Amino acid sequence: MLSTIWEKLNVFPDVSIPLGTPVEKFVNFLEVNFEIVFDIIFNITSTTIVAFDDFLNWLPWTVFILIIVLIGTFFQSFKSGLLYGFFMFLVGSFGLWEEMMITIAVILTAVIISIFIGIPIGIMMAMNKAFSVIMRPILDAMQTMPSFVYLIPVIFFFPLGNVPAVFATIIYAVPPVIRLTELGIRNVDREVTESAESFGSSRVQMLTKVQLPQAVPTIMAGVNQTTMMALAMAVIASMVGAGGLGEQVLIAINRIDIALGFEAGISIVFLAIIIDRVTAGIGNRFQRSEEG
Amino acid sequence: MDAKLSLQNVSKIFGSRPKKAVPYIKEGLSKEEILEKTGNTVGVYDASVDINEGELFVIMGLSGSGKSTLIRCLNMLNNPTYGSIYVDGEDIVQYKKDQLKDFRQNKIAMVFQHFGLFSHRTVLGNVEYGLEIRGVSQEERQDIALKNLEVVGLKGWEDKYPDELSGGMQQRVGLARALANDPDILLMDEPFSALDPLIRREMQLELLDIQERLQKTIIFITHDVNEAFKIGDRVAVMKDGRIVQTGSPEEILEEPADDYISEFIKDIDRSKILQAENIMTRPNALVSLKDGLNVAIKEMETNGISSVFVVDRKRSLQGIVTIDDAIKGRQNGQSLEDILIRDVEQVQLVDYVQDIIPKAAETKYPLAVVDEENRLEGIILRVHVLTSLS
Repeated sequence: MLSTIWEKLNVFPDVSIPLGTPVEKFVNFLEVNFEIVFDIIFNITSTTIVAFDDFLNWLPWTVFILIIVLIGTFFQSFKSGLLYGFFMFLVGSFGLWEEMMITIAVILTAVIISIFIGIPIGIMMAMNKAFSVIMRPILDAMQTMPSFVYLIPVIFFFPLGNVPAVFATIIYAVPPVIRLTELGIRNVDREVTESAESFGSSRVQMLTKVQLPQAVPTIMAGVNQTTMMALAMAVIASMVGAGGLGEQVLIAINRIDIALGFEAGISIVFLAIIIDRVTAGIGNRFQRSEEG
Repeated sequence: MDAKLSLQNVSKIFGSRPKKAVPYIKEGLSKEEILEKTGNTVGVYDASVDINEGELFVIMGLSGSGKSTLIRCLNMLNNPTYGSIYVDGEDIVQYKKDQLKDFRQNKIAMVFQHFGLFSHRTVLGNVEYGLEIRGVSQEERQDIALKNLEVVGLKGWEDKYPDELSGGMQQRVGLARALANDPDILLMDEPFSALDPLIRREMQLELLDIQERLQKTIIFITHDVNEAFKIGDRVAVMKDGRIVQTGSPEEILEEPADDYISEFIKDIDRSKILQAENIMTRPNALVSLKDGLNVAIKEMETNGISSVFVVDRKRSLQGIVTIDDAIKGRQNGQSLEDILIRDVEQVQLVDYVQDIIPKAAETKYPLAVVDEENRLEGIILRVHVLTSLS
C-alpha cells in the first residue's frame, strides 16, 4: 500500500507552464513593431564604437603608450604609469594592438551608455522605495542569469557584430552602477540631508547640491565595477560577433591554440588592471575636488 | 507680549497608526510598553510651551526623552502628529510646501550635533549654502559668509574643507552657516555635545557673547544640566516625551516639580547658578546716618542682632556698626559716624555664589548686597551661603 502511494508521489503531473513562450512572443513583437527604434539605436551605437575605434587607431602607438604612462602617473604613481605602459607594449608585441583597440572601443561605449542609464535609475531608486523594491529582483536577475541567455534576444534586434555585443555587455554590467548610485545617495549622512532640508532646499537642489556630490565616491566605485564587468563580458560578447581580444580567445579555443589563448587572455587582464586602477584613482580624486 | 514661538499640545508619534497609542499614553504607560502594544514610538507627547523673542530657551533631557524629536518639529523636519506650532502667530504645521520652504529659508536655521556639514564644499561653500539656495548673488553671499565666519572667529579658514578642521572649528562653521541666513530663530540640537569639555566651555561663552550682540531667539537642546543652567534664560525639562517642568534655572533649582527633576539637578554645581539675589535676605533692621547712636542700639537690641548696616537717605550703603562699638561709643559720647566701619565687604546682586564664598569666609560681618547704584538690597550671612549649596 505504502509503496504504491510512494510511486504515485514520484510521478510528475502532465502539465507544462510555457514561461518561455510569452517572452519569445514579446521579443518578436518588439522586433516587428519597433524596428525603427532599434535601427536608430543601432546607428548611434555603431557610430560611437567606430568613432572610438578610428580615433584609437589614428593615435600612433607611441603616443597611446605615453598617454597611458601619464594617466597612470596622475592617478597612481610614475612607477605604476611605467608598468602600465609596459603592459601595453607587451600587448603590441603579441600582435594584438588593433584587437585591443576594438575591445577598448566596445567597452568604452558600453560603459558610457551604462552610466547614462544607470545613474538616473539609481537616483530614482533612492528616491522611491516602491521603485527600488521592484528593481531589486530585476537587477539580481540581470546579474545572475547566464550571460549567454540574453545574447539571443539581442541578436534579434541588431545584426551580428559589435552593437549586440555592447547591449549584452550593458545588461550584464549596468547593475553595479545602479546599485551603488542608490546606495551612495541613501547613505548620505542623515544630519547632512537634514541640514540641507532645514535651509529650505528644494528636491532638485537637495539632489544636485548635496546628495549627488556626497555620493560621487560611491558612484565612482560603481562605475569601476561596471567597467570591470564589461571587460569580463569581452569573450562572451564575441560570440555575437564582437571583434577584439575576446574574438582572439574564441578563435584560440576553437583551434586549441594555447599560445594565442594565453596572449589574448593576458592582454585582457592587463587592460583590466589598468582600467581598474585608473577608475579607482578617479574615484579618490573626486572625493575632494568636487565643488558644487 | 505675544510669544515668538508657541507650541500647543504638540505630539509626535512614530508609526503607522498613531491614534492607537494615544489612550495608552493617557494611561501613563511607558514608551516601551506602548511600543510593544501598538508598534508606535512616542517621540513627544502634549508639549506646550511659549518661547519669547530674544530668549535663549534650553530643552533639557536624557537621551530618548524626545528633545531632538521636539526641536525637529520646530522646522518641520518632523511633522507633528497632533498640535500646532505658532511662529509669529502663524501655524507652521498648516504650511503648504512653498510656505514651508520660504519659512525655512528666511526665518529659521539649525545647528546640528555632528555638525551636518557638506564635506564636498569648502568652509566658505558651506556657509554660503543657505544663501545660495535662496538665490542670493555670488558676490553678496560671499560677503555675508565671510562676515559671519569672522563673527565665529574663523577668518582665514574659508578655503579649507571641513575635514581639515577640528571639531570645535567645524561647529563654528555650522554656527556661521546658520547665522548667515540671518534667521529670527536658531535651533541648536546638542551643538556642543560632541566637543571636548574645554572647547565646550569656550563655545558656550562665545554663544552667550554672540547672543548678546545678535539677540536671536535660540532653542538649545542639551542633556547636560550644567550647560542648560549656565546658558539658559529658561529651561524646559523633558522626560519620556513630555515636558515636566519649565522655568528659569533658579526656579527649577529652588522648586523642582518632582523627584525626577530633583534627581536630575542633584549633581549640578549650584554655586555657578545661584546669584546673590537668590540667597540674600532683606535686612530687617537698617539705620540711617542721621539717626544717631541710640536708634542704632535700639534697632540691634529689638532685632537681637550684633551689627547693623548704615545707609544714607538714598539707601546708599555707608558702612556697618557693631553693638559693642555702639555701646562703647555712647559712653564716650561719640557720634554714629565716628564708630562707623566703612570698610564693608560688598557683593553685587548678580554675583554668583561661587564668587561670594571666599568673601563670606573672610569677613566677620554679614555681606552687603548692593545694586549698581550702591543701594543696599539685602544681606548675606555665612549660613545663607552654606545652606544654598545643599
